[in-house]
Amino acid sequence: MTTISTEHYKNKAKEAIKDDVLQSALAGLQNRLGPATAAMYKNLPEGDELRYKAHEVRMFALDNLDMLLEQLAQKIRQRGGNVFFARDQKEAVNYCLEITRRRKAKLAVKGKSMVSEEIGLNDALIKDGVKAVETDLGEYIVQLAGEHPSHIIAPAIHKTRNQIGSLFEEKLGISYTNDPPTLTKAARKHLRDAFLTADIGFSGCNLACAETGHITTLSNEGNIRLATTLPKVHVAIMGMERIVASLEDHDALFRLLSRGAAAQNLAGYVSYIGGPALDSEIDGPEEFHLVILDNGRSKILADEEFKEILCCIRCAACLNVCPVYGKIGGHSYGCTYTGPIGAVLTPLMTDIGQSKDLFQGESLCGACQDNCPVNINLPRMLLALRAKTAEGDPRWNIKPSSPVEKFIFSIWSKLISNRKAYDFFFRLARFGQKILPTKNGEIRKLPPPFSGWTLDRDMQQIASKSFIQKWKETQK
Amino acid sequence: MNRNKSVTLFIQCLVDQIYPEVGDAMVAVFQKLGISVNCPTEQTCCGQSAYNSGYKSVSKTAAKRFIEIFEKSEVIVCPSGSCVDMVRNHYPSLFRNEPDWHSRAENVGGKTYEFTEYLVDVLKVEDFGASFKEKLTYHDSCHLLRNIGVKDQPRKLISKVAGAELVEMGNSDKCCGFGGTFSIKYPQISTAILDEKLDNIMSSGATTVVGCDVGCLMNIQGRLSRKKLPIKTMHIAQLLVQ
Repeated sequence: MTTISTEHYKNKAKEAIKDDVLQSALAGLQNRLGPATAAMYKNLPEGDELRYKAHEVRMFALDNLDMLLEQLAQKIRQRGGNVFFARDQKEAVNYCLEITRRRKAKLAVKGKSMVSEEIGLNDALIKDGVKAVETDLGEYIVQLAGEHPSHIIAPAIHKTRNQIGSLFEEKLGISYTNDPPTLTKAARKHLRDAFLTADIGFSGCNLACAETGHITTLSNEGNIRLATTLPKVHVAIMGMERIVASLEDHDALFRLLSRGAAAQNLAGYVSYIGGPALDSEIDGPEEFHLVILDNGRSKILADEEFKEILCCIRCAACLNVCPVYGKIGGHSYGCTYTGPIGAVLTPLMTDIGQSKDLFQGESLCGACQDNCPVNINLPRMLLALRAKTAEGDPRWNIKPSSPVEKFIFSIWSKLISNRKAYDFFFRLARFGQKILPTKNGEIRKLPPPFSGWTLDRDMQQIASKSFIQKWKETQK
Repeated sequence: MNRNKSVTLFIQCLVDQIYPEVGDAMVAVFQKLGISVNCPTEQTCCGQSAYNSGYKSVSKTAAKRFIEIFEKSEVIVCPSGSCVDMVRNHYPSLFRNEPDWHSRAENVGGKTYEFTEYLVDVLKVEDFGASFKEKLTYHDSCHLLRNIGVKDQPRKLISKVAGAELVEMGNSDKCCGFGGTFSIKYPQISTAILDEKLDNIMSSGATTVVGCDVGCLMNIQGRLSRKKLPIKTMHIAQLLVQ
């Protein structure tokens, strides 16, 4: 997998906050897409009801996942396609490499796919002597820069056109320009050559439908259609949860996906793919493979508390409204899936203890759920993860992670259980605050563990009498 | 007309210890309406901070105590959306495997109201004869807005304050960066979010920020004070007694 470095969250976040270019890019993204997506939901004939229905549709699919996947696999095999169930990223990557080796592939083109990021496919291909070219413009930019996507849908959102101009000048040998159409044309020229000469095409999968036995891909650049029809081999990789039962269910999600992802009614290019080209068809690959990836998803599926996270259709709508993502950007998370969805999914797929900053470093504002096309209760699961680190859970191999905090809350528990003890504590605090540096009645510096508060903020002093104390006095 | 009505005050811990004047204002508002007010003096904290940090057993202790203290009350009113969210929405979920406590939690949650929600939706009173000649802007607190559904009620109340002009800030419904212990554990991220809120407040041209949750207001006030910005914060109960 892409190296997980979630333990650097705090430091990377600090750097990101100081990066003015990134800050303006993130503000632009959120101001544009956040309200636009909300307006799209509002204008649906069904309103929010469609989001609630989509949630049910997704939960139904999860409850019947084994049967639905079998149905999908059977239909694809009947059409001459190959289906491989990969337990983990290693199995998925090895399966892909077996194909490239057998086909003696030298050049692979890729449609944008976060699941391929999840399994680290690019690095594996390159290491095996296959040149892998990303064909989504944003992904292409990120790949040229030697970076990873910082947003699920807008991978190069952290880059300005000036930076892209310099990057293209260096890597593509064109003269510097920051004109988007000129830059796009330059990328297009390079990518067109790759499409026409590639031996193999890789793609992800936005949705799959069991009833019809097909996968669906969406793009706005047409690159996925080219990557999946021009080369002789097409390998699609899908997370095992990304399936629905019927075409009717598919329709509900389909309408929501583009709205959540890009505030569009529908993406510019939509492909339904169910296997290799038939003998009667001129276009399409002669070989088709569908890799269905588990990689930790079964474990999540088996936990009633977290199963809901598998409803996600990776539209990134939650990133576009999250106040935390809006300040720290995708790279601070140190993992493939970022923003609120990543803050829940990454710990569950990797290690809850190691990536605790992801779910603790969220303000629990709830904007993510409001903007989620399938109404996933992300705040509930952020809290459930916090409960795992606070109290431990052997099923997830996690022990209570902060003995100091646990101790503080155990004292707090005693204090709030007894008003007299509570009053005594605040009497001490009232006395203690007198020695703290103060200006105009505001405390300038609090002691640990509260010192974080006064790093950039003042703190109003505790009042000379509590409300309850005053109340008691007036009742006498 | 309200002679038979009585409310029980659920005083948020931050109001109790740091902003008691908000509680005083709330009492004055009810007295003006002729509603009798009582206040259990043994109450402490609803357990929200422990709950949001993942300490379910601590929050359960707090929840049981709260339920025992308040379950005989007719109507419970609190000057904080997030505390009402805790009692109304999270208490029942804490006890989902304990049927007896679960139904007691639902009973208490069902009669616990946020202050402006109670005034506007239940009592159907919006005008308190207050007067405040300033430009005001209103900050939507996250849990109040999204989990309690209170958006228009405070605005209706503000619109009836003589002389006050409500100017909406940009993204009034965006988080202020407080998030309870989040603001202490991740202060830089919290402040970055808070500074955006301050920018929106400044651009509105308002001289006072009104809110329904002193947690958010304490956060905003703390940053305004540090940056020496001439803008005040005010809980809506305080505005209604001006």
